[in-house]
Amino acid sequence: MSLWSVTLATLAKDIRLEWRSKDALNSMLFFSLLVVVIFSFSFDPLAEESRHIAGGLIWVAILFAAVVALNQTWARELRNQVLDAYRVSPAPANALFLAKAIGNFIFVSVLEMLMTPLFIVFYNLRAIGPAWQLIPIALLGTWALVVNGTFFAAMSIRTRSREIMLPLLLFPVSIPAVIGMVAGTTAILTGDDPAHFWIILLLTYDVVFTTACLALFETVLQAE
Amino acid sequence: MKRAFPILAVVTAVLLAYALYQALVVAPTDAQQGDVYRIIYYHVPSAWTAFLLFFINFIASVQYLADGKPTSKQAAKWIAVAVGVVGAVAAFVIPLPAGIRPSAIATTVLAIPVFYFFLGKYFPGEKLDVLAVTTAEVGVVFCTIVLITGPIWARPVWGIWWAPGDIRLTSTLVLWLIYVSYLILRRFSDSAQTQKLAAALAVFGALDVPLVYFSIWFFRTQHPQPVIGGGGSMDPRMLHVLMINWTAFLFFAFLVCWSRYRLEVLRREVEQAHAMQSLSGAASSVALANPAVSNRGSQ
Repeated sequence: MSLWSVTLATLAKDIRLEWRSKDALNSMLFFSLLVVVIFSFSFDPLAEESRHIAGGLIWVAILFAAVVALNQTWARELRNQVLDAYRVSPAPANALFLAKAIGNFIFVSVLEMLMTPLFIVFYNLRAIGPAWQLIPIALLGTWALVVNGTFFAAMSIRTRSREIMLPLLLFPVSIPAVIGMVAGTTAILTGDDPAHFWIILLLTYDVVFTTACLALFETVLQAE
Repeated sequence: MKRAFPILAVVTAVLLAYALYQALVVAPTDAQQGDVYRIIYYHVPSAWTAFLLFFINFIASVQYLADGKPTSKQAAKWIAVAVGVVGAVAAFVIPLPAGIRPSAIATTVLAIPVFYFFLGKYFPGEKLDVLAVTTAEVGVVFCTIVLITGPIWARPVWGIWWAPGDIRLTSTLVLWLIYVSYLILRRFSDSAQTQKLAAALAVFGALDVPLVYFSIWFFRTQHPQPVIGGGGSMDPRMLHVLMINWTAFLFFAFLVCWSRYRLEVLRREVEQAHAMQSLSGAASSVALANPAVSNRGSQ
């Protein structure tokens, strides 16, 4: 059983489950919609001001919404002792991790694609800087959130009060990624500064933490 | 060893009193800031002590994870040496941003293999994890002192309590947040898994710190450049007092760590004794019902 065949099988299973139930996606979508509506009541910005704050708002909304999906990642595997079956199976632990991380990446990316038009409508956004650079920022930023999120979700299901633990573990470590996403998005929307530095920062963050997750996941999965 | 504790406590108390006298009376008044600057003698030694403790926590956590398997144990040793040598050379070769001296980076990097072998020799096995708990808890206390004294100092000098874009303030705050989440994880997980989960989180936290530092690098920094290992200048008499204060703080931190370490070792011994007692109780009751089970358990 190679790494990729197990990864693809688990990923296909997760996507099929999500396609039929739509649990994670619906709850994330509705949650982030609520956040956007509440933000739009809290601040009533002009178009110029909204360029400065929208980067922060959209990523905070997505960060909070992603936690909803990340919490469900492993909770599903606890029922019927599926996780224990994984642990005794000869399948590589990293295949399971990669499948879960890629699955979450797809779910959060779909969420972003649905939420971005809403944000543009609510805040009358138009980028002054090169808008295409938002795509690498979104892709790298989303991976930064989900790779650590999937790892810490695996950690937090081993603790008491699981649902609360995930944001407590994830948010402090995610701070550089959040700074990169927010500052990069703001730089592009306002057109004041180039966003290259933030893209490089996010890329470095992704490489460092993907390596760390793959190196330590087996330890966390098997910790007794 | 137990007799050394009260002696060390007395020495620490004397040192702290002497350092306080030096800080408040002997040290000259700052030309620009007046007497307000004297908080430096608490702020800076606390910061250095906290960073040192977090550093020990990181090394102990890495070693605890690496010791799990014989192959990774060997690999980690060589990696520690390689990181020390390569990092020390790289500090002088790669151009560093202004305000950071290569010798400061090289010393820090060389400390990694030194601490790695020292901790591996004197804190084998589970003791590494006890050391990690101890240093994390005491480090959070010292880091809290830094974060409280910082704004008290900043308000009269900068005119603001907190500078959100400042590199040192923000990275210290993030470090504090990471270690608070580390302590929360230890509190909330079951004792059997805590060690490995916590060690993994400590590694993530340590990887995060340089990234935090560089992400805030882009913002204009309001904090004075570092006195040690930076381009800043300081009256030699002030530096002397600062070093006396740091020595006193190190003694104090060592004393607190020592008692916390002993407490944790005792707590684990008690826990183990309870577990053994209930196991032997269960085993004897099972043995009464089915002698074959107790035989299998004792093998």
